[in-house]
Amino acid sequence: MGVREFIELWPVVRQLRGSDPTARGDAARSAGSEHLRPRIAEADRVVRSICPYCAVGCGQRVFVKDEKVIQIEGDPDSPISLGKLCPKGAASQQYVSRPDRVTTVRYRRPGGTEWEELDLATAMEMIADRVLDTRRRTWQDTDENGQPLRRTMGIAHLGGATLDNEENYLIKKLYTALGAIQVENQARL
Amino acid sequence: MIQGSNFAECHPVGFQFVMEAKLRGAKVIHIDPRFTRTSALADLHVPIRAGSDIALLGGLINYVLSEGKEFREYVVSYTNASSLISEDYVDTEDLDGVFSGWDDKSHTYDPVSWAYQDSESDGDGQGDGDGGGGERSAHGGEHQRETAGGDKYGSGGASVAEKPRRDPTLQDPRCVFQILKRHYARYTAEFVEEVAGIPQDTFFELARAITENSGRDRTTNWSYAVGWTQHSVGVQYIRAASILQTLLGNIGRPGGGIMALRGHASIQGSTDIPTLFNLLPGYLPMPAGERGGSLEDYIEPDAGKAGFWGDMPNYMTSLLKAWFGDAATAENEYGFDWLPRLSGDHNNYATVLDMAEGKVPGYIVAGENPAVGSANGRLQRKALEKAEWLVVRDLSCIETATFWKDSPEIETGEVRTEDIATEVFYVPAASHVEKDGTFTNTQRLLQYRHKAVEPPDDARSDLWFFYHLGRIIKERLADSDDPRDAPIKALTWDYATEGPSAEPVASDVLKEINGYGPDGELLTAYTQLRGDGSTRCGCWIYCGVFADGVNQAARRKPAREQDWVAAEWGWAWPANRRQLYNRASADPDGKPWSERKALIWWDGEKWTGHDVPDFPPTTAPDYVPPPDARAGKALAGDDPFIMQTDGKAWLFAPAGLVDGPLPTHYEPAETPFHNLLHPQHTSNPAAKLYEGPGNRHHPVGSTVFPFVLTTYRLTEHHTGGGMSRFVPYLAELQPEAFCEVSPELARERGLTHLGWATVVTARSAIELKVLVTERMQPLRIEGRETHQIGVPWHFGHNGLAIGDSANDLLSVTLDPNVDIQESKVLTCDIRPGRRPHGAGLRTLVEDYQRRAGLA
Amino acid sequence: MTPPEEVRAADGAASYLGMPGERPPRLGFFTDTSVCIGCKACEVACKEWNLVPSDAGPTGSNPTDLAGLRDMDLLGMSYDNTGALGSSTWRHVAFIETRTEESPAHPAGDVRWLMSSDVCKHCTHAACLDVCPTGALIRTEFDTVFVQPDVCNGCGYCVPACPYGVIDIRPGDGRAFKCTLCYDRTKDGLTPACAQACPTESIQFGPLDELRERADRRLAELQGNGVTEARLYGRDPDDGVGGDGAFFLLLDEPEVYGLPPDPVVTTRDLPQMWKRAALAAVGLTAAVVGSFLGGRSR
Repeated sequence: MGVREFIELWPVVRQLRGSDPTARGDAARSAGSEHLRPRIAEADRVVRSICPYCAVGCGQRVFVKDEKVIQIEGDPDSPISLGKLCPKGAASQQYVSRPDRVTTVRYRRPGGTEWEELDLATAMEMIADRVLDTRRRTWQDTDENGQPLRRTMGIAHLGGATLDNEENYLIKKLYTALGAIQVENQARL
Repeated sequence: MIQGSNFAECHPVGFQFVMEAKLRGAKVIHIDPRFTRTSALADLHVPIRAGSDIALLGGLINYVLSEGKEFREYVVSYTNASSLISEDYVDTEDLDGVFSGWDDKSHTYDPVSWAYQDSESDGDGQGDGDGGGGERSAHGGEHQRETAGGDKYGSGGASVAEKPRRDPTLQDPRCVFQILKRHYARYTAEFVEEVAGIPQDTFFELARAITENSGRDRTTNWSYAVGWTQHSVGVQYIRAASILQTLLGNIGRPGGGIMALRGHASIQGSTDIPTLFNLLPGYLPMPAGERGGSLEDYIEPDAGKAGFWGDMPNYMTSLLKAWFGDAATAENEYGFDWLPRLSGDHNNYATVLDMAEGKVPGYIVAGENPAVGSANGRLQRKALEKAEWLVVRDLSCIETATFWKDSPEIETGEVRTEDIATEVFYVPAASHVEKDGTFTNTQRLLQYRHKAVEPPDDARSDLWFFYHLGRIIKERLADSDDPRDAPIKALTWDYATEGPSAEPVASDVLKEINGYGPDGELLTAYTQLRGDGSTRCGCWIYCGVFADGVNQAARRKPAREQDWVAAEWGWAWPANRRQLYNRASADPDGKPWSERKALIWWDGEKWTGHDVPDFPPTTAPDYVPPPDARAGKALAGDDPFIMQTDGKAWLFAPAGLVDGPLPTHYEPAETPFHNLLHPQHTSNPAAKLYEGPGNRHHPVGSTVFPFVLTTYRLTEHHTGGGMSRFVPYLAELQPEAFCEVSPELARERGLTHLGWATVVTARSAIELKVLVTERMQPLRIEGRETHQIGVPWHFGHNGLAIGDSANDLLSVTLDPNVDIQESKVLTCDIRPGRRPHGAGLRTLVEDYQRRAGLA
Repeated sequence: MTPPEEVRAADGAASYLGMPGERPPRLGFFTDTSVCIGCKACEVACKEWNLVPSDAGPTGSNPTDLAGLRDMDLLGMSYDNTGALGSSTWRHVAFIETRTEESPAHPAGDVRWLMSSDVCKHCTHAACLDVCPTGALIRTEFDTVFVQPDVCNGCGYCVPACPYGVIDIRPGDGRAFKCTLCYDRTKDGLTPACAQACPTESIQFGPLDELRERADRRLAELQGNGVTEARLYGRDPDDGVGGDGAFFLLLDEPEVYGLPPDPVVTTRDLPQMWKRAALAAVGLTAAVVGSFLGGRSR
């Protein structure tokens, strides 16, 4: 590019020539600017969701492209949030999509000093083994007065306040049938 | 009024409506130990000493009663102010800090003397003979305390005599109104100033603000959060606010209420469908003690009692049918016998103490981080070390998953990784956009989320995890003859699955929660539930979420196309009712108290209005139930509090609480001050302390631990940090652990802004960066300058925003009704500089213990 | 599944888009700091939308971009750990702890905590744009000031030109960045990310004329309620930068918030210079090009 051509492009020069005094210069617009679109316009679909942080229950719109979440923002339809989000809600796309999210099973054997890899199906079988074995070993049929207990005090559970109602329902149902009673969640904490 | 809550910081989007109200002329007052972002936007911030809220609320109650500012017509008609209490009842004011029924050996109350005088008995309140009172047989004795208090009674609270003797003039010395007056007479403005550090001028400004803004035309709202619940007297904090708001006529009316601002996406849902030891779905109690025999024994205390809790047998039978299906028959009491029985306090802290002694081999943690988020972090991690196996389900490798290699105890050399025998499974969880399901928000609203994408790699929903765990277990036990396996074999578990990972269909589960009728049709309302085994319902209060076969929780009619109630967005339990007890929004004749505050009203034939009436729809205001009426039919036309057996709001709680029928000022378990009111009982005598080597409590007035400490959240982080410290955009906003101190304290202790400080308790010592700020102000309490230190509790050493955990400082000290820990107030010492790293840390703490006489 | 089109229609923000070929009105921000709760949703929503790097770690959307500018230490500026606007901070919430005047009722004065979300002012007379030699900085059809990332070559002239210290070069990338007023979103009739998220509507977005009217009403209301310290900043078209496209309602002097009290476009005298020295233009050009080339080789 010669000096002259370069000067021609300089916005100040264009402004001073009088046709574009505040440089609302369409001519200076690059191809990128010309074709700029919000990435959500390219979304394959928009899915309605609810923020996972506090209990206000703000509406979220989840924009998906190529089976990836490309953006999460507030849902203006929600009478609760009217499209707004707090910093945590606004960061939830990063929460679900950040590269250092740990998405594979990790196993630490007794006394082990490092994580090991483990297949999910194997992990599920191993956990079922331990639940049944512990239940067998710690079963209490009656108390010292012969009153029925029908339970295990060997398996405890903690969690549920960010889980779905459907999940909590299966949790309580399964543990109760197993006789595990020490089932608790953050609602007390 | 915002008290016990940092509304703006912890619920920013909800706070938009506070700001809108302010723009429309509402006065916003924030009462809090710290000047927070909420205080900054309030019209008035009132600093208060952490742990003294009942002193202030009691002072306001006293002001209302002594100035005659109560909403008289509301109080007479809708509360138990006129009910007469047993002659045996003796107040804390006459027993130096305990109520009648106290047993000093067991540290429990026998609540029988708190009962109503029964209108059908001789008036002594014992009432054992007629089945109406019967507290002793139903709930009394030591057993009440050991099986966790109020929740034991389910959502109806305790049953009481349905028709207590009454004095509508409120003059009888045994009536609740007069008892209340006497109980709070010493809660004067001077007392509030001495104890809470609130100047008398400010106190009267508060008192005038709330009384002038309550009545027929105006209502006042009180918003609270864990700043009230996380105390050894937490339930009584809420009770105190309820009493005040009821006296002012602010319950069941638009713009009124006491509003619990809950802190997790479905923390409401996780109590409704409880992952809590003492409850079954819909606040049905777990079988225990006298309720642990037959199904008959279980329902007896409540069946047929006035109010909607009288239909509890229908709810329980329908739950058992939902769980055990065709195997649940009238002959086997619908499988009631298969349910495990409680025998004491099985709350998580009690379990963790047992686990630390090697008594609990298995621990599954789903979406929590107790190594950082639970009180007494060292004790929590000690328990993890003693578990045989641990499953952690999360999106990140949180401290609870990695304790075996990088806990503070590894750093101090107390334990070695090689010596920790715990087997650990980290099983990655799906995020909220990777699964279908409902959250229940802080206003009881169920909102359905639709899955946007498949979870990555091994990540799975908890629905998947527990469904498939149950499936594997059922397959393993399919051929078992062992009677203990019968409930597993009978358990209905045939949910449809979909997608590449065989994900259970969440809406199928929600349909089971909603319930089915005799012909397999989805039910529309819990009033359809029957006790004869013909209906199935997984959670009676959620019955109706699939009304008309439509997923009501997935409704999303835009706000701009609806009125202010927005009844077509999501679904609120029960019955899509947005405001509970809204019968009280109308006067006894069924007319709104004022046009300005109209919500529902009687139109001559039925209840109607903006909201779904929380009342039998055709019960006229002048209805008087016949003597043989049961359940809902036993409610009179002016009984708005339909879950209570007497239909009235309880200013005085004749049953249901384990630490007294009225809120009384107690100091926190750890406090620099003795109790000004009753020096013999400084702290709540019924609180659970779990005193032991790993859980030492500081002596009252200890000079070794002279400062008050309070813990809290920041907008930029979430709870134990699992959902925020690993997120770069949040981590950079609050990158490391800190404490906030006043310039006065900084001078006194040589602390410098942005320097290090070490905070010490008898449990541990942690190091924090120091923010010196005038937002922390010393208060004058009992004539002494008193310093408070603030510490956010989000931090741990994994993730991007890191630091020592505030919960390591805490003891396990629990409210006796609900087992919530006292994390909003404790005592401590603070010194400049970093803590010792390595073995020196325990030496430091042990030195403090010795100096405080705790070694 | 809702198609994106519906979402945009529901947004209701497209009203200013007008007929094809018609100039849309000037768009801007009015930031009413009297209702700011300091939640920083604007900072996060901005970064999320614009894929701005984080100081803390890989962001996911832009895994190679790590700002990495500083250690993750507290800044000690109250709850502000962001510090200032910059190449990777396009919204910045300032926290100012002060005391009110002493009064008989409050002999020591009252604690006051001011919060304010700062942003590029999108000046009427934008010096950054004036000095940009590559045409990377343009004024859009909405009269907002936009750095075209596919043109910017990182010469850095704009950096000292900005009277507010907003625009900056991103280390590791080399180009200049600042608030785009979400040009991609506004082109499609969407509200910029920060204003969309702001819980209390402290950040308001819209046609500048409307915002100015709204701001005047709000100011009158506050002053009527005795908040005499309330003032508008950047609203006046006759100020040193010809008025800001992003202006503010403040509750104290601008300096308290770290804002220059009387910003002046640094190129104010440039047009007259050009007229006076039209014939000497070649000489000036040579000088500027010289320094430009020098800049590029740095």
